[in-house]
Amino acid sequence: MKRRGIVDFLFIFPTAFAFLMVIIVPFFMGIYYAMTDWDGVKTVLNWVGFKNFTGMFSEPQFIYSFQITLLYTVINIVLVNIAGFLMSLLATSRVKGRNFYRAGFFVPNLIGGIVLGYIWQFMFNNVFVDMGKAMGLAAFQTSFIARKETVIWAMSVVNTWQYAGYIMMIYVASIQSIPDSVMEAANVDGANYITRVFKIMMPMMASAFTITIFLTLTNSFKQFDLNATLTNGGPAMLYMGKAVRASQLLAMDIYRTANQFNLMAPAQAKAVVFFVVLVVFSLVQVYLNKRREVEA
Amino acid sequence: MSTKVKTRHQPHASLGERRGAGLYVLEIVAILIFILFMMPFVLVIINSSKTAKEIINSPVALPEYWGQIWTNVVTIFNNPSTDYLGAFIDSTIITVLSLTVITLFSAMCAWALVRNKTKWSTVIFMFFVAAMVIPFQVVMFPLVRWFKIMGDFIRLPLLGTYHGITFAYLGFGASMTIFIFHGFIKGVPLELEEAATIDGCSQTRTFFEIVIPLLQPTIVTVLILNGIWIWNDYLLPLLVLGSAGAVQTIPLAVTAFAGSYLKQWDLILTSTLLAMIPIIVLYLFAQKYIIKGMVEGAIK
Repeated sequence: MKRRGIVDFLFIFPTAFAFLMVIIVPFFMGIYYAMTDWDGVKTVLNWVGFKNFTGMFSEPQFIYSFQITLLYTVINIVLVNIAGFLMSLLATSRVKGRNFYRAGFFVPNLIGGIVLGYIWQFMFNNVFVDMGKAMGLAAFQTSFIARKETVIWAMSVVNTWQYAGYIMMIYVASIQSIPDSVMEAANVDGANYITRVFKIMMPMMASAFTITIFLTLTNSFKQFDLNATLTNGGPAMLYMGKAVRASQLLAMDIYRTANQFNLMAPAQAKAVVFFVVLVVFSLVQVYLNKRREVEA
Repeated sequence: MSTKVKTRHQPHASLGERRGAGLYVLEIVAILIFILFMMPFVLVIINSSKTAKEIINSPVALPEYWGQIWTNVVTIFNNPSTDYLGAFIDSTIITVLSLTVITLFSAMCAWALVRNKTKWSTVIFMFFVAAMVIPFQVVMFPLVRWFKIMGDFIRLPLLGTYHGITFAYLGFGASMTIFIFHGFIKGVPLELEEAATIDGCSQTRTFFEIVIPLLQPTIVTVLILNGIWIWNDYLLPLLVLGSAGAVQTIPLAVTAFAGSYLKQWDLILTSTLLAMIPIIVLYLFAQKYIIKGMVEGAIK
């Protein structure tokens, strides 16, 4: 049996080693670096305690980014799930070519946020503005991503377009797993379609909702690629008397703090806070939904 | 949840169940949503076939001459500052290498963890699963420094190289891949492997000749999930390869290109089109597997 142990070790080792070197070690290095004066250049780091953590909360851009990231996450959880759910009803209906629609709605999800960001930048800045001028619609004549009031919503629309088809497929799988007999019984009892959706389908899909809300939450909270190429954080606006970037979400704020200003340690401290907030939100969400699943 | 996406499904008591006006309206709604969904792609194709001046005149009009798209493609390929063809080759190499390494090593690891029931294997598995909550942002900066230190130590640079980024992808892909394999292998009966052992088959041979063939459907899921992630990934290549390194990926090339041709939408849109084509073509051929793979990956 000793030989078996050696082979097992050799089988486990490559992945475990990479995992250790790429995630575990940098993770703990990161927590340590967040409490130093790391600037990306110096090799000897000095301990500064929690200075980097307290510093970020007096920084208008960080407070603003934190708030809009929460707003963006909430908007997306609602929009993506409603759109995905309605599309899943459509994709399981008797509509001709429903498999074709399913496949089509899924396409945006295959393409990276970087590429989609440029495409939608063109849509917002050129296509919509041009259409607004042609049709005399004042609201469209200034780009939605150039205005601080609309830029978060514009990003949410793109994210919904990208992600709803994926969420739809999870709902479709869930709808198909509902036993036919349940729906037929409700049908015989005379429940109309709306009642059946709310009273029978949705409660039976509780575990799917837990997954989709978790996915949309983490996906929007960590948004970076789309943010970088669609708006690059802009436009500028005033917040707490300082100029801030109106669509700079947290992930981008972390990246820019390090990249633009070489403030590696403060950026790392922000990343640690980002991690803690994300974990707390995800756990609370899963806990609440699991409890609902049991009740349902 | 152990649902499978059925491709052909007789819908029960669903929307538009009574044929007639309702279903008719629903079909129109479906077509409208579909057009709306495809509009950005249609506009990319239309505008990739225009000159910069035509786009400024009207971004929605049809192009005067569709052949312009070849001129735009050639301009992009001949552009001296970004090597588009090179990025395509690099992206392919990195994706193929990473997928091979992640799939093979994670399957080996997951199998050993399931079959070797000790408290250590449980602890290691728990570590892999727990790490799924760690966002990339919290490890990315230390990772670059750590890769530099390790590279100096082994006298083989990890930053800016194929093997460096492949190693990184193995680390980042491990958690989810092992989780998926682990779940599947748990359900595979031991008898087959035991019979092979009794017949004198070594552990390694048992794995490659008996377990791997059984894993095939799961391997497809894992390949698709990781493949789409790696092909589209931006931040990890940006940090590990750098935006001006010798090795470049497609997302890096697209950003470099768009950055150097500010607002030249004819070329930027053509470059996004070129970036999308490989995935769209793959999707046309393997649509069923891709949807199934991505949905099952999320559900598990």
